Amino acid sequence: MADTVNTKTAASPGGLRGLLRSMIGGLGLLRESTIGMIGFGLVFVWALVALFAPLISPLSPTAQIQPFAPPGTVTETGQTLWLGADQLGRDVLSRIIYGSRTVLFYAPIATFCAYFVGCIFGLLAGYLGGWVDDLLNRVADIILAFPVLVLYVVIIVLIGPSGLNIILAVTFASAPGIMRIVRGLTLDLRNRDYIAAAQTSGASLSWILFVELLPNARGPLIVDACLRMGYVIITIGVLGFLGLGLPPPTPDWGSMVAQSRAMITFAPWMAIFPAIAISSLVLGFNLLADGIREISLRD
Amino acid sequence: MSQASTPTFDWTPDQPVLECEGLCISYFTRAGEIPAVLDFDLKVMQGQSVGLVGESGCGKSTVAMAVMRYLGRNGGIVGGTVRYKGRDMASLSAEELRQLRGGEIAMIYQEPMASLNPSMTLGRQLMEVPLNHESGISEKEAHERAAQMLADVKLPDPERVMRAYPHQISGGQQQRVVIAMALLSQPSLLLLDEPTTALDVTVEAGIVELIGEIAARFNTSMIYISHNLGLILETCDRINVMYSGVVVEEGSVEEVFDRMRHPYTRGLFNCIPLPGADKNARPLIPIVGQLPLPHERPQGCYFGPRCEFFEGGRCDAGPIPMETIPDQTGHRTRCLRWQEIDWDAKARGSDAGEEIDEGEVVLRVDSLRKYYEVRDSSIAALISGKRLRHVKANERITFDAREGQTVAIVGESGCGKSTFAKVLMGLETATEGSIAFREADLADKPIEKRSAAEIASMQMVFQNPFDTLNPSHTIGGQLARVIKKFGVEKDPAKVRQRVLELLDLVKLPREFARRRPRQLSGGQKQRVGIARAFAGNPKMVVADEPVSALDVSVAAAVTSLLTDIQRSYRTTLLFISHDLSLVRYLADRVVVMYLGHIVEQGTTDEVFSPPYHPYTEALLSAVPIADTSIEKKRIILEGALPSVLNPPKGCPFNTRCHRKIGRICETEVPPMVETEPGHVIACHIPEEELRAMDPVIAEKRPAAAE
Amino acid sequence: MLIFVGKRLVYMVLTMFAISLILFLVMEINGEAVARRVLGPFTSAEQIQAWLEANGYLRPWYVRYVEWLGNVLSGDFGQSIRFRGPVADVLWPRLGNTAILAGVTFAIMVPLALTLGVLAGMREGSKTDRSITVASVITTSIPEFASAVLLTVLFTTWLGWLPGTSAMSDGWNPLELILPVMVLVLYGFGYIARMTRASMAEVMQQLYIRTAILKGLPYRTVIMRHALRNAMIAPFTVIMLQINWLLSGVIVVEVAFAYKGFGSLILEAALNQDVYLLEAATMVAVLVAVSTQVLADVGYTLLNPRIRFK
Repeated sequence: MADTVNTKTAASPGGLRGLLRSMIGGLGLLRESTIGMIGFGLVFVWALVALFAPLISPLSPTAQIQPFAPPGTVTETGQTLWLGADQLGRDVLSRIIYGSRTVLFYAPIATFCAYFVGCIFGLLAGYLGGWVDDLLNRVADIILAFPVLVLYVVIIVLIGPSGLNIILAVTFASAPGIMRIVRGLTLDLRNRDYIAAAQTSGASLSWILFVELLPNARGPLIVDACLRMGYVIITIGVLGFLGLGLPPPTPDWGSMVAQSRAMITFAPWMAIFPAIAISSLVLGFNLLADGIREISLRD
Repeated sequence: MSQASTPTFDWTPDQPVLECEGLCISYFTRAGEIPAVLDFDLKVMQGQSVGLVGESGCGKSTVAMAVMRYLGRNGGIVGGTVRYKGRDMASLSAEELRQLRGGEIAMIYQEPMASLNPSMTLGRQLMEVPLNHESGISEKEAHERAAQMLADVKLPDPERVMRAYPHQISGGQQQRVVIAMALLSQPSLLLLDEPTTALDVTVEAGIVELIGEIAARFNTSMIYISHNLGLILETCDRINVMYSGVVVEEGSVEEVFDRMRHPYTRGLFNCIPLPGADKNARPLIPIVGQLPLPHERPQGCYFGPRCEFFEGGRCDAGPIPMETIPDQTGHRTRCLRWQEIDWDAKARGSDAGEEIDEGEVVLRVDSLRKYYEVRDSSIAALISGKRLRHVKANERITFDAREGQTVAIVGESGCGKSTFAKVLMGLETATEGSIAFREADLADKPIEKRSAAEIASMQMVFQNPFDTLNPSHTIGGQLARVIKKFGVEKDPAKVRQRVLELLDLVKLPREFARRRPRQLSGGQKQRVGIARAFAGNPKMVVADEPVSALDVSVAAAVTSLLTDIQRSYRTTLLFISHDLSLVRYLADRVVVMYLGHIVEQGTTDEVFSPPYHPYTEALLSAVPIADTSIEKKRIILEGALPSVLNPPKGCPFNTRCHRKIGRICETEVPPMVETEPGHVIACHIPEEELRAMDPVIAEKRPAAAE
Repeated sequence: MLIFVGKRLVYMVLTMFAISLILFLVMEINGEAVARRVLGPFTSAEQIQAWLEANGYLRPWYVRYVEWLGNVLSGDFGQSIRFRGPVADVLWPRLGNTAILAGVTFAIMVPLALTLGVLAGMREGSKTDRSITVASVITTSIPEFASAVLLTVLFTTWLGWLPGTSAMSDGWNPLELILPVMVLVLYGFGYIARMTRASMAEVMQQLYIRTAILKGLPYRTVIMRHALRNAMIAPFTVIMLQINWLLSGVIVVEVAFAYKGFGSLILEAALNQDVYLLEAATMVAVLVAVSTQVLADVGYTLLNPRIRFK
C-alpha cells in the first residue's frame, strides 16, 4: 500500500500530555527536513488564515461590489480588489480566505472519522485474523471495487449534498483503505515478542489493540494521515467543482473554480487563484508527509 | 564480455595473496566521520585460511567489504592500503575491479536466501559468473560448468536445482548454491561472512565440511568471518581477534586459543560454555561493561574500561601499538601489559556456587499432542478430498520438572519446542494429553481462562531482545503494568517501589525506569525481560532462547543473572535452546526434540554421554567447540530436515539417520527404551548396541595445554 | 495457476453480484422514490400509483431484482430518463470515447512514470532522485480541476495554442485531446513514479543486488537483469489499480473540458436523478475496476516466481 512502510518509529510517551510533548519534539526533528518544513509552513499559514479569516479578510466574502473587476482594481469606496472580483462582483481574495475555513473544517473532521473507523477495524482484522479478518476484508473489497469518485457521486446522490454527508461519504469511502494499512501494520506487529508478553500476562483485547499495538503503528499512520488529508481536501474541492459540494452561499474553492469556467477567457483570475489556493494547501500536506517519512526513516 | 581489461599481477605463490596494511575505514554520517576499522593489518598466504572473530559491531564484516571495495555511498577507506597479489587495489580501474570481483575474489554471505535473486532461476544466476568472467564461453558450456559445480558442492540432482528458484530449495541448499557460485570462477581468495550463522547446527556441520574440502582441493585462500570461536577452530589456520574496530590479538589458532596474550581474548573464552564449564563448579565469567560505541571509544586501549588489568595513566595514555610475542609464528597482541599479566591465574569472579537440591515435581507433562489444522488447496488435495491436513507440532510429549530444576528442551528449528512453550503458556491449547502444573491441569486452559495467580506463577522470557519490550512505553511503565496485573501490589507508591526492586534484581540502574527500550542495549533489554518475568514471583519461568541473539560476552552475563535469580527464588526454569554447549553448562535435565517428538531425555550427564539417540549423537558432533584439547567424532547428517506437514512415517529421524537399521525404522514408531531410571531413548536400535557407542566428545590423548 | 485464476474469477463474479444487489437495493427498494425521479417532483399520487403498477414496482423487491439482473445480463439496462431512449444507446458510445482518452493517457503516463521512477530509485538521494521526487509531489498536489483551469488559461487564453474545450463539436479533433490527457498525466504519473522509485530503491538495497555486483557483473547488467524485474512487481499492481483511479479523474476532466465521455455521463445521470442510467453506468465502472483488479492479481502472480511456484 504505502511505499515503504516503516514500523520503526520514534518513541513518544503515552497520554495526552505526552502526545503534546511528542508533537513539539517531532517539530524539532522536522527542522532537519527542508521539504517537511516547507510543507509545515504552508499548512500552518493556511491554518492561521482560516482561524483569523474575519480579521484578515479585506472585504466581506458575499458583498457584491464590482462584477468582473480585474485584480488590483480600486473601487469607488477606495478598497482594492487584490485578486479581482467574480461575476457577482464579490472579492475573490476574501472568498478564498473564507473558503479556507470550509476546507480546513471539513477535511480534518472527515479524515479523523475515517481513521477512527479504519483503525478499529484494521486492528481487529489484523490481530484476530480468522473469520473477522475475512468478513472485514470482503466488505472492504466491495467498497474498494468502486472507482472512488463514482462512489462519492452515488452516495451524495442518495443522501444529498451537505457538510455532514460529505463527512459520512469520506469516512465510508476512505475507511477501507485505512483499514488495509492498519491491518498490514498489525500483521507485522502482532508476532512481536512484546505482544506475546502482553498475552502471557493476561492482557485484555482492547489493551493489546490500543496500548500495545496502535502506538507502534503510529509512524506510518501519521504519514498516511497527512497524505490522506491532502486527498480529502482534493475530494471536497472536486465535489464542489462537480456541483455536489456544499450548498451555494458557502465560499468553497471547488465551486469557485467551477463557476468561473465559462468565463475563463475574459476573467481568468476568477479561476486561477482558487486553483492555486487549493493546490498549495494540498502540497503543504504532501510535503509534510514526505518530511515526516524522511525523518522517520533516518534512525 | 572482453578480457581486455582483466587486471594483471606480478605475483608468485610465495607472496601473500592479500595484504592489508594500516587499513582505516570510516563511515560518514550526519553526525560526522565514524571510524569503523582502525590500523588493520592482515596477510593471507595462498591456501591459508584466516579467521576474523569478534562481537557484533567490531568491524569484521566491514573489513571484508573494504577488500571488495564495496562500502556503500557513506563508507570509505581513509588510510592504509589493500594489496591483492601485490597490486594496490586503489590503482585498479573500474573495469579491472569488476573483473576482480567474482573472478579473483569471491564472497559467501550470511543470509543465502536474501543473497539470491528471488525472480531468477538458480541456473541463470550461476551461469552469469563464467559468462561474465571468461571470454568466448558459450551458454552451453556455462550451463555445463554450473551443473558440474553444483554436483561438486554435493547438491543432489543439479539439473533440477538449475531450473529452480531460490525459495524452492532449503536454506542449507541455498548456501551450497552460493558457494558454488563463488567457486565457479575459481577465485584465489574467498571471503566468508558468517556463512553458517543462519543455518541449523546439523546443516552447518555439512557446510563447514564442504568449505574445508574446497580449501584443500582448490588451494583457495580464505578469510572466514565469524563470531563463533569454535567454528574458527574448525576452519582456520590463523586468527585475528577484533574489538571495537581494531585487531587486539593475532596468531596461529593454537597460539591464540592456548596461549592467548590479550585480556579481551581471555575474557571471550571465559564467556563461552566449554565442555569443562559447569554452572556450579566453574561458572562463566562475563566481561563487565559494554562495547563502546564507535564515537565513544576511550583514550588509549579501547578495552581499558572493561579490563581487570587496566592501569590508569598507562593504558589510557595514547594509542596502543601491536607488539610481537617472540619465538612464535607472528603472534601479536595489542596490550601494553602482556608480559606482566599472570596468564595462568584463575580469572576473577570464578567462584564456585553451591549445588541446588531439587524439590518436588512442579510440572508434569503427559502424552501431550498439539496438531494444527492446515487447509490444503493444492490440486491433489482437491481431487483426493483430503483438504484438511494436520501439522503434528508436538507428539506424545512426556516429561516432568522439579522445583529449582533447570530443564532444557533442545532441538533445531521446526522441532516443536516453541509450540510447546505456547501450549504451556496458554497461547494455544493442547490437542490431547495433560499438563499438570501445581495441581491444576493447564492443557485445555487458554490464557483467558487462567486466574491472575496462575498466570503470574508461570512466566516467559523471550528470544529477541529487540522485540521483547514495547518500544512505545517506558521500562518502568511496562514493569508496573505487570505488577498491577498480577495483583502483587495495587498502591501506586508500592508499585513504584517494586519496579525499582525488580531493576535492582536484574542489576540495572534505577533511573532506567524512566527510559524507553530504544535507549537500552540488547543485553539490558533482555534483563528487563527477565525482571518482567519475575515480577509476580513465578514458580516456573519458560525461557525461549533468551540469549541466542546476544553477543557471547553479553550472553554470559544474562545467563548467569538468570541462573542466579532462579537459584535464589528456587524457580523451575524451562530453558528452550538450540545451543548444546549452553545447555550442557546450564541444565540439570535435558529433553531432545526432533520434528515434534522427544527422542531422548535424561540428566545432562546421561544425555551428553553414551548411550545416545543417533540424533543426539549427530547433534553433539555438529556443535563446534572452541577448545583445542577436544576431539570430536565427525558425523555429518545427509539431507534436509523433513517438513512438519509431511513427516516421515515410523521414526521421525529415519530419513537422515546414520545408524538406520532397516525397514522397521520406516514403518514403526520406535519404543521408549529406559537405559537408566529417567534416561529414555526412543530408538529401534537394541539397548546393548546403544550402550556400546563411543563418546562423541573426548579429550585428545596427549593432553595438550592445561 | 489455473485454479488461482479460476478462484479469482469466481470471486470477481461474487463481488459483482454483491455490488449489484447493494446498488439495486439503495436505488430501487423504494418504488415511490423511483417513480418521483422518473416522473418529476410535481406528480400526483395517482400518477405515481399508476406508474408503479405499469412498471411492476408493486411486486416484492427480490422478484424485481431477479428480473432487473436478468435484463442487465442480457444487455438491457432500461430506459434513460434524460436521454429518452435505451440506456445502452448512450452508454456504449460514451464508453468508447472514454476508452480513447484513457488509452492515450495510459500510453503516455505509464512509460513516463516508470522511467522517472527507475531513474530516481536507482540512486537514492541523488540530485536526479530529489528533483523527480519533488516534481512528482508538486504535480500530484494539483487537483485535476485546478490544473485543468491553469492549463487552459495558459494554453488557450494566453498562448492560444490549444482549444479550450473538447466537445468535438466540429468532428473528431485530436488537438482537443491534448489538454485532457495532459491534465490526467500530470496528476496521475506522480503516484506511479513514486511507487516505482520506492520499489526500485528498496530492491537496490537488497542483498542479491550486492551479490550481483560482487559477482563482477557490469552495472548495466545488474540494473537490467537483477533490479528491474524485481522492482517492477510492486508498481505493476499500482498501475492496474490506477485504472480505478483514472475512472475518477476522467469524470473531472470530462466535465472540465465538456468531453462527451463516460465520466461526464455518470455525473449527468446523477445530477438528473436518472436512476437506470446511473445504475448501469455504475455497474460498468465497477466491472472495469474489478476486472483490472483480477488482472493485477494474476499478473502479480506471473511476475513473482515466489508465488507462482509455491
